[in-house]
This record gives sequence, structure tokens and C-alpha cells, in this order.
Amino acid sequence: MTIQPAILKFLMKRTLLSLITLGILSIVVFLGGQLLPGDVGRAVLGPLADARAVAVFNHQVGVDRPLVVQYWDWITHFLTGDMGRSFTFRAPVAPFIAEALTNSLKLAALAFVLVVPLGITGGVWAALRVGRWSDRAMVLLGQSLGIVPEFISSIVLILIFGVWLHWLPMSADWPEGAGPLVQVRFLILPSLPLVLVFFGYIARVARVGTIEALDSDYTRTAILKGLSMPVVMRRHVLPNALLPTITVVASLVGYLAGGLVVIETLFHYRGIGALIYSAARAKDFPMLEAGVLTVGAIYALASVLADLLSAALNPRMRTERA
Amino acid sequence: MTDANGRSRTPVAARSLARERLQIALRSTTLIVGLAILTFWTVCAVFGAKITPLDPYADNLLATLAPPSAAHWFGTDQLGRDVFSRVIMGARDILIVAPLATLLGTVLGSALGLCVGYLRGILDDVVSRVIEALQALPLVIVALMALAAVGTSNATVVLVIGFVFTPLIARTIRSAVLIESELDYVAAARLRGDGPLAIMFIEILPNVLPIAIVEMTVRLGYAIFFVASLSFIGFGIQPPSADWGIAVAENYSLIGSYWWTILFDAAATASLVVGVNLVTDGLQSVFEA
Repeated sequence: MTIQPAILKFLMKRTLLSLITLGILSIVVFLGGQLLPGDVGRAVLGPLADARAVAVFNHQVGVDRPLVVQYWDWITHFLTGDMGRSFTFRAPVAPFIAEALTNSLKLAALAFVLVVPLGITGGVWAALRVGRWSDRAMVLLGQSLGIVPEFISSIVLILIFGVWLHWLPMSADWPEGAGPLVQVRFLILPSLPLVLVFFGYIARVARVGTIEALDSDYTRTAILKGLSMPVVMRRHVLPNALLPTITVVASLVGYLAGGLVVIETLFHYRGIGALIYSAARAKDFPMLEAGVLTVGAIYALASVLADLLSAALNPRMRTERA
Repeated sequence: MTDANGRSRTPVAARSLARERLQIALRSTTLIVGLAILTFWTVCAVFGAKITPLDPYADNLLATLAPPSAAHWFGTDQLGRDVFSRVIMGARDILIVAPLATLLGTVLGSALGLCVGYLRGILDDVVSRVIEALQALPLVIVALMALAAVGTSNATVVLVIGFVFTPLIARTIRSAVLIESELDYVAAARLRGDGPLAIMFIEILPNVLPIAIVEMTVRLGYAIFFVASLSFIGFGIQPPSADWGIAVAENYSLIGSYWWTILFDAAATASLVVGVNLVTDGLQSVFEA
């Protein structure tokens, strides 16, 4: 398949918009980290610290300069990979972010591998029973699971699979040098709360997409020309029904990091969520800003990729010429 | 006048629409079950220690970590406090903080949504971009950052969640206002010389109110989610409150042997969010009528 000009133009426009979004986001994050705390030195060193120590600290980290200068300095360094120095660890922030991000990606990948097929199956299953009580029950179940906080589902899962059945380890802290399979075993329990929260979102979109596709003229034509139902589902209903699912998965990537804050803290897992959490606790603003902006950048990247993917998969986009 | 569905809005028709909606509401099982759960927890929150069998804050170091029994239905915690009484008392703070935050977000968000949706122009473009940028961040992270910077208290949690909800609610209201603005009654109001403020708040607002109400219950569910999660990680409601999230966090290390110190608080939180969700679902079906 060659890339059509329409897709290319769309992609460029989409990327540009994401960059603008990220620019605004970086300003918001910067203001959150520099302006809100007021006196950064006071916030970090505490109320009992000597006024001179606070002034020296502020001068050392450069927060006594004008805001615009600080922002420019921060963002230009950030773009070259220099994310600043952590107040807590007195060391560059970037390696911490990189390590945490790798860990979080493992956890997130496992969660998505589990939840995407489950959610799609649930949604299509409900759509085929639309209007019946089993459809209704599936919709309500998905919605309810989606707003039960992760720490609640986590502890219920820990109680069942960790404490009572002894099937899975209760913490994600695998032994040093553990192989990939052992790591997956340690990550199953932490990924399940994410699966529960995401299930409803994916199922809902898959359900609506399937109902619309089932209701469409092309499906009626396919049935009328004598194709069997499984073939109609596979060739005509599912490809159309699943397109919007890609977009919702991307938007869940943005939400993911919020869930990770709670789950990684609960399961003692050194991911980006736990890193942001401990930086917030310690008022380690450079670490906090870098972590938050990284999360935002990943979300922006995921949504561009999702748009590109659905454009590439959508037959209407493929044939259309700009 | 006509509403978004093109139905006539004479006073008589409006009254029969209201009656029709009430009938649907009374027949909606999800709405009634949800309201029952919400009422139960609201009663617990309002009366608190007046209806608990024992003092939720009283230590009893002779009866710490006692399993559920006739004397302590849900057992006791590390300090010998009665878990059943604390679960009832625990409804109070979350049912103050979450609804206030939601209300703040709905009021500000509706006003913002009305303004940008009706006035359009450069304001709309700028606000839409900022909303999009904020959506790149999960709420828990925005709240963590803001609370780390300004400090945690019930008031700051209300403000932070309210402000974070504002753009999200504004977006929903904005798209409803865009549709309403095209309708004849708005044009009529403009022709008769009403100012933008009068058109926005007297003409359009009543017609987007059902959407605002449904949006508010949706957000209330999320507000409870976030307040509970923030309290659990120490950035929400603060001890010595009997709050469920705090109880789970304080007793989490005991999960291996003393499940009753955690499970009932967890079940209470889950029942509250599910109750709100059932009400949301029921209201949606009522207003779709």
C-alpha cells in the first residue's frame, strides 16, 4: 500500500497540532512546577530552613531568574535530552525517567495484550445481543468496572490471587536477573486492575461500532447476496467496527499513567507512575516536571499513531484523493 | 419554541414531558437501585457518629485486630477501633469533597462552555487548544502536581479537581451549545434585541441543563474515583478522618492476615461509585426520552 497524499497531509496537520499541544502542555507543566510552589527553596528545604540557605538554594537551581529565561533554559535543555538535575538524588533526571519508562512500558504492554482482545470480544458479544438483558448487564458491568478505583480492584485481586489462592506474587518486585517469563508472572497481578478499568471503555466502543456496522447498508447487501454470517462478520462488520477501537486504545494510553501512579505504588514497581508519585512527595520539581511532560509526550505520540493507523486501515481514507 | 429534538416547548407540552420523564424514572431499576445506594451513604455521611454502634475514633488497645464478631461486626483495626463504625463514618469526607468539586467544575465548566460555544471566535480556539493540552495528562497526575505545589487539604482537593473538571465539562456543554445556537429560538431572541449574556443564560442554558445534569453525575463518579485514589496515596483527605481510602492505605501492609481491616472499606468505596454509575445510567435514559 502506498501512502496517499490525503493521508500524508492529514498526518502532517495532525503532527503539527500535537506539537502545539505539547508546547502548551510544557508551559502548563513548567508553571505548575515553578510558579505554584512560590518559593521553591522554601518548599524543598522546609519551613525551618535558614533564609540564607533558601536563597543559596534558589540561586543554585536558578529559580531566582525571570520566568521566561527559566522556561527557555528548561525547554531547550529538555529537547536535547537534558532533563535537569533531581533535587532529591542530586543527579541528572534523564536516566531515572528512562529506567522507569521501560518498566512501565512492560506493565502497560501486558495490560493491553490482555485487555484489547477481551474488550473487543465483550463488545461484539454484547452488540450481537443488543437490547437483551445480557447486553444491558455487559454495558453496566463495563461502566461500573471503569470507575472503581484501581487501588480497590487491586486489593481485591491481591486478596483472592495472592493471599487466599497463593497463585501469583503480591508485589511486582521480581528477583534480580529474572527472565522474561518470570517477569510476566510478577506483572500479571499489577496489570489486572488496568485490565478491569480499560475493559469497559474498549467494550463500549467495540459494541457501538459493531451495532452501527450491523445496521449498515453494506452489511445488508452482504447478507442478501448470500454470504454466511461468519463471513459477513469477518469481512464486513468487524473491520469497520474495530476502527474506532484504535482511537480509544490511544486515549487510554493517556489515562494509563494516572492508573500507574496508584498501581505501581501499591505493587512496589519502579515505573513512571511511582517515580512521579515519589517526586511529588519529595517536592522534587525537576523530576516531577520531567516525568509529567514525558507522560504528555507519550500520549501525544500515541494519539498521532492511532490517527495514522486508523487512516491507513480505513478504506475510505485510502481511496480518497486530496 | 422547540428543543434540540424539534419538539414543541409550550408550557403544557413541557409539563407532560416532565411527567413522562418522571414515569420513566420510576420504572428505571438502575436509577432506583443507584439512588438507594446513594441515599444509604448520604445518611451515613450526614449522621455519622450518631448512628454508629461504637465511637469510630475510640482506641481500644486491648482489642486490636480482632476478627469480625458479634461485638465488632467488621472486626477492629490496629488501634482497636471498630471497623464497622469507621466504615459508616468514612462516607462523610468523600461525600463532602467529591460533590463540592463536581459542583464547582460544573458551574465553571457550564459558564465557560456557554461562552465559548455561543461567542466562538478566537476565545473558542484558544480555550479548545488549552483543553486539548490538558487532556494529554491524566487527572491524577495533574492533581498530584498541583497538590505537591500548593499543599493538600480538603479545600485544595476540591479546588484542584473542580478546576481540572472545568475544561472537560466545558467541552461537553460547548458542543451542546453549538447545536442550540443554530435553532430558531436563539435567532428570535437575537432579532428581538437580547444581549449575548441574556441569550446564553436565559435562552440557551435551560435547554442544555439536562446535558449539564447528566454530565455532572458522570463527573461525580469520577470525582469519587479521584478523591478515593488521592486519599489512598496520601494527597487527598487527611487523617484522622475515617475515610475509606486512608483506611485501605493504613492497613494495606496487613492484607496477608487481617483482611477485614481493608476489605469492608474497599467494598464501601466500590458500592458508592457503582451507585453513582447506576444513577448516571438511569438519568441518561430519562433525559433521552
